[in-house]
Formats: sequence, C-alpha cells, structure tokens
Amino acid sequence: MSLLEIKNLRVRVAGHEILKGIDLTIDSGEVHSIMGPNGSGKSTLAQVLARRETYQVIDGEVLFNGKDLLAMKPEEAACEGVFMAFQYPVEIPGISNTYFMRSALNAMRKYRNQDEMDAMDFLPMFREKVKLLEMDEKLMSRSVNEGFSGGEKKRNEILQMAVLEPKLAILDETDSGLDIDALRIVAKGVNAMRSKDRGMLVVTHYQRLLNYIVPDRVHVLVDGRIARSGGSELALELEEKGYGWIDGEAQATVPAST
Amino acid sequence: MTTPMKHPDTYLDAFHRLDQRAAGHELAWLRQLRAHAFERFSQMGFPTTHDEDWRFTNVSAIARTRFSLPHEGRGRLLRPELLPPRLGNPEARLTFLNGHLVRELSTFPQAIQVSSLKAELERSPDTIRLHLGRYLDMQRDAFSPLNTAFFEDGAYVHVTRGKVIEEPIHLIFVSASDRPIMSHPRNLLVFDEQCEATVVEEYISWPGEVVFSNSATELIAGESTTISHYMIEREHGEAFNISTLRIQQARSANVASHSVLLGGGLVRNNVHPVLAGEGGECLINGLFVGTGREHLDNYMHVEHASPHSTSRQFYNGILDGHAHGVFHGRIVVHKNAQKTDAKQTNRNLLLSDNAQIDTKPQLEIYADDVKCTHGATIGQIDDTALFYLRSRGIEERVGRRLLLMAFAGQCLERMSAGAARSHVEHLIHEHLSLIEPLPGEESEPVAVERTLEEVG
Ligand SMILES: Nc1ncnc2c1ncn2[C@@H]1O[C@H](COP(=O)(O)OP(=O)(O)OP(=O)(O)O)[C@@H](O)[C@H]1O
Ligand SMILES: [Mg+2]
Repeated sequence: MSLLEIKNLRVRVAGHEILKGIDLTIDSGEVHSIMGPNGSGKSTLAQVLARRETYQVIDGEVLFNGKDLLAMKPEEAACEGVFMAFQYPVEIPGISNTYFMRSALNAMRKYRNQDEMDAMDFLPMFREKVKLLEMDEKLMSRSVNEGFSGGEKKRNEILQMAVLEPKLAILDETDSGLDIDALRIVAKGVNAMRSKDRGMLVVTHYQRLLNYIVPDRVHVLVDGRIARSGGSELALELEEKGYGWIDGEAQATVPAST
Repeated sequence: MTTPMKHPDTYLDAFHRLDQRAAGHELAWLRQLRAHAFERFSQMGFPTTHDEDWRFTNVSAIARTRFSLPHEGRGRLLRPELLPPRLGNPEARLTFLNGHLVRELSTFPQAIQVSSLKAELERSPDTIRLHLGRYLDMQRDAFSPLNTAFFEDGAYVHVTRGKVIEEPIHLIFVSASDRPIMSHPRNLLVFDEQCEATVVEEYISWPGEVVFSNSATELIAGESTTISHYMIEREHGEAFNISTLRIQQARSANVASHSVLLGGGLVRNNVHPVLAGEGGECLINGLFVGTGREHLDNYMHVEHASPHSTSRQFYNGILDGHAHGVFHGRIVVHKNAQKTDAKQTNRNLLLSDNAQIDTKPQLEIYADDVKCTHGATIGQIDDTALFYLRSRGIEERVGRRLLLMAFAGQCLERMSAGAARSHVEHLIHEHLSLIEPLPGEESEPVAVERTLEEVG
C-alpha cells in the first residue's frame, strides 16, 4: 500500500477550478518534488492535503495509508501523520511556540492513545530540535511566529515538523526567501527527517533546494495538471529552459490515470 | 435629557427612611452631602439614550424596577466556601452582602488601615470628611449622586507614606435576594506618598436574581505611589451593575486600573482618572466578555490636567450570542497639560452574527503640544490562525479556546504578576470555558445551585 495515492483530484476555489485532475502516488521513503509556475495550483494541492476547508473538492480520491484523507478534518489528518509546512506561516499573538508545540504533540499522542508529555520530558527533546535548526531558544518563549524574520518563520516550520515527526511532510516553498545559509540549515533539518518510514512532497520554484534535498521524482504542475514527471534531472532541465516548453506540451498531455 | 422617574416616591421614601439610620446620619456635613446628592439625583433623573454618554445603553429597566434597600442583618448569610478564593496571605478581605459588611467573612490586617467606611465614620469622621465626595463627578450622571445619597457602607483603606503592601486587599460585594434590591457600595481608598498596593473589587450575584449594584470608589494616589486596582464584575443575566471608579493622581503617581467584566444583564463600568499632578501615568486596561443578551458598557473619561502625563487605554472585548458591548473612550487634555501622551486601543472579537459592539473614541484637546492616538478593530476568530493550529493536530474547539485565551491574554499581560492576576486569569479561563466548552466539559452542569441559605 502506498503512503499517499491521489486519483483524479479536482478542486475548485472561489468558483474556479484550480486542480483539474491530479494523479500522484508517493511511497514511504520517497521524496517527490512539485515544481511549476506561479498560480499553477501547487499551494492548492498542499492545502487540500492538509484539509483546508475553503478548498472545495469536486472530484477524485485521496488515500493516505489506505484511509480516505478527504473525509478527515485538518486535525485528524495531522494526527494521522500529514504535516504541511506553510508557504506563509501564520503569526499567532498570545500563544508561545513552546506551548503551541507541546499542545500539538500532546494532541497527537492523545489521538494515538499515548500518555501526554509533561514539560519535563518535552523540553529536552524540544531544545535538541531547536538546536538542529540553529534557532535562538529565546524565540521559543515568544508568540508563534510573531516578529519572526522570513527565514525564522520557515525554519520554525521545519522545527515543528521535526517535533511532530509526520509520516508525510509537505513543504510548500520552504526555500523561498531564504539566503544560502538559511537554506542549508533548512535542508539539514529536512534531510535529518528523511527515512524509509516517511514520505515527502517538496513544493519549490527553484532547483536550488533540490541540490540539497535530492528528490526521487519531480513533477511539473501547469495550470492544475501534472504536465510532466521525471527523475531529479528534470529539475535541472527546468532550471535551464524554464516552464515555457512544457506549457506547450501540456495541452496535449492527457493525465495518466493509473 | 432625563427620564421622568417611574417611581420617584420609592426613592424619596427610601431616602427618608435611610436618613434616620444611614452610616454617619448624625454628622451634619454628611447629611448635607447626602441631601445635596439626593436633590441632584432627583433633578437629573436616570439618563436616556438621548444623552450622548448613554447613547448605546438604555437604563430604563433600572428606572422601571422597584428596588428596595435591604436592611443590615436581614435575609441570608453567605456560604463562605462559595466565595472567591483567598488572594495571598496575610491579607485583608472585606465581604459585603447587599451593601452591608459581613464581619464573619472579613479579615482586617494589623499593618494597614483597612476597615468599613461605616465603622470609620464612627471612629474618625474628620478623616473621612477630608476625601469623601471630593472627587466624584456629581454633574455628569444620576448614578454618582444616587450612590452618595444612598450608600450604607463600603471599604475604607488608608496606606501611609512609604508602605509597600505585597498582597492584594480584596473587597467582595455580593448581591443576593429573591426580590429586587439595590445597594450602593461606597469605597474610599487613600494612598499617601511613595507607597505600593493592590486593591481588588469583585462584584458577584447569583443567576436569576434581580439585583442592582451601584458602586462608587474614590481612589486617591499620592505622589510617586504605585497602585493596581482591579474591578472584577461577574454578575448574572438579570443583574444591573453600575460602577464608577474615580482616580485622583498626584505628581508622578502610577495607577493601573484593570476592569474585567464577565457578565451581567446591564453593566456600565465608568473609569475616571484625573492626572492632576505632573508626570503621572495611568494604565486603563480592560477585558469584557459577553454572552446571551448581556450588555456590557465601558465608559472611560481620562483627564490630563497637568503636563507630562501619560495614559494608556487598552480594552479587549469578546462578544457571543446576542451580547452588546460598548467602548466609549473619552480623553480630555486640559489647556496646561502640555506633553500629554495619550493612547487608546479597543479590539473586539465578535463570535456570532448577532453580537454587537459600539466603539466610540472622543478626544477633546485644549493643549497644543500633545500626542493622542486611538484605534479600534472589530473582527472574528482568525480562520487562518485556527487552521494553522488544527493543521498541527489541535482540535477545532481547543484551537478556538486557545485563540480566545490568547486574545484575553493581551489584557492579562498588562497586569503585574501576583495573586490578583492569577485570580483573574483563573476566572477568565473558567468563563471562556462556558463560551467554548471542550469535549467533556459541557457535560458538567454549570453550578447554578443555590449559594445562600436562610438564617431566619
Ligand atoms: N482562497 C483563494 N481564493 C481565490 N483564489 C484563490 C485562492 N487560493 C488560490 N487561488 C487561486 O488559485 C490559483 C492557484 O493558486 P496556488 O496558490 O495554488 O498557486 P501556486 O502554484 O502555489 O502559486 P505560487 O507559486 O505563486 O505559490 C491562483 O490563480 C490563485 O489566485
Ligand atoms: Mg504557492
């Protein structure tokens, strides 16, 4: 059984069809990358998988570990092991990062019938991950993402992933806006999470990140359809030629329905 | 504009009867103060919504209801275990029932002067005379005169020069009756130079009872004194609560007023600081949480009367159901009050389509070198923030509660750490759990059990 199976997924947002029949299968241990021009629907796909309710699924099916993902609420999907790093992480004044992460982890542990973690057990583990992402521990007692720089917000997303240890990690442009040092730190955090029990879907505009996180498969999303799929070399080709050449072919490409 | 009072004779009769037995009724100056106040009240009558200060709050239900003034020692005794928890230790705690001191439920400290106003009027009337009625504004509405005419008791606190009181002084005012009653608690809080203290006033009533509490507090903060004052109001849907806090600040005095309104049929909380001395600082911090058909009105009148004074108003409102909130923030900068720095912020969360907020800033600036800003926001629970929490595994209801707590937390953060703040935090948690119950919580019935018992 595959970790994630998306079949003919069609999604509408605010009256417009944005995803027009997506088919994608990810197995545990694999890293897939999705690339594509602005507005092609990459974040829409990520948000639908994280079960954002404003996106209306009009057709198709998504199985996560064989379970109907589209029937799940966001918190259920999260507790089942889906994690999405937000393209635009949200600021939440008044809730500290530490409190947020412990509440989140304990919500998941409760869902899995595990005992809740008290602060004594939680903090050493949390500190270790904070160190891995080379973040200032002082930030952790501050409100979630409030006053964080762009880079700190993105690293905070990866930190959350490291704490919550999902089965499927979806990274929505976690590399955008990062300088090369921050990019390396993020990549280090992501690579530390690569394992045979975990799948990843890395959404990015640039090949740059994929130098550090080498994907097993690359898919190109154009106008709501996967126009082309290939190995990691496809990313290089895109970097060189842009999306234009695929755009043309996309019209002729019939989405493979396996 | 005034309403013709429905029952002027009720108040007149009550006033004549009270005249014979009220605290300090043998003192000529006090009789005169009361007589003037009653006259003032009779002239003005209760305000109507044509009155600019009362545009959003209709008190005709107060005018319509025949409230009686309960006598001391009549009726019921409070069950101590149902009163709010002790704040700190050692402590001063005065408990009043329907405007009268309950001695058994009060503790008087040795180190500072905390007593009932009535007792103090007997013991040393001249001390009281120095302050009582000197500050309260008798011109603006009928409630302050009404209080002055009818008060029977309240707290008298005097902290002398240089004293630092670590633990809060807790004043509890309970209204309880099976028929409509009113009470007019009157507090006089006097702080000399360079002292520090915290006073908590807490007003409580029980579900279903028609009670009217009309309190007035005069707080005098001496030079370089640091005071925290808490007004906690947790009345029920049939209760009327009008409260007025008048703060007089001397040079470099620093006062924080925290108002926490957690329900009541009709609540009006007036906060009226006068920064009379140079370099004074005043924080006017508030949270109001309304549900059902509750009406919670916050009226601020901040007067800068001296140069270099600073005021900060921060009010957060949470309104659910058909609740109606009002924030009216008036800032007056007198002609000589140069370098005034006044700021006002009112944020509101509406949790239902039927909830309503009226927010009104009112700046009157007569000096030319001042900094005054104001801002108000009205919004719903942030969907994106809620989705963010849920996407990390946190249940929707827990997420909503966290966001409400975070919103209320902005007010908590402005309170100094200590027993008073912890108490308020606990009350807010408890109150928000009624609005946004978590799984398992809603099965526990809210305690509506009778909390008083007959004693004869
Ligand atoms: N909430 C929304 N309301 C209306 N339109 C939306 C909404 N979300 C997305 N869209 C539209 O859907 C389309 C796809 O958006 P999406 O964010 O999925 O693109 P993307 O591939 O992630 O783009 P980018 O590379 O810029 O992040 C765009 O045209 C966008 O304007
Ligand atoms: Mg996007």
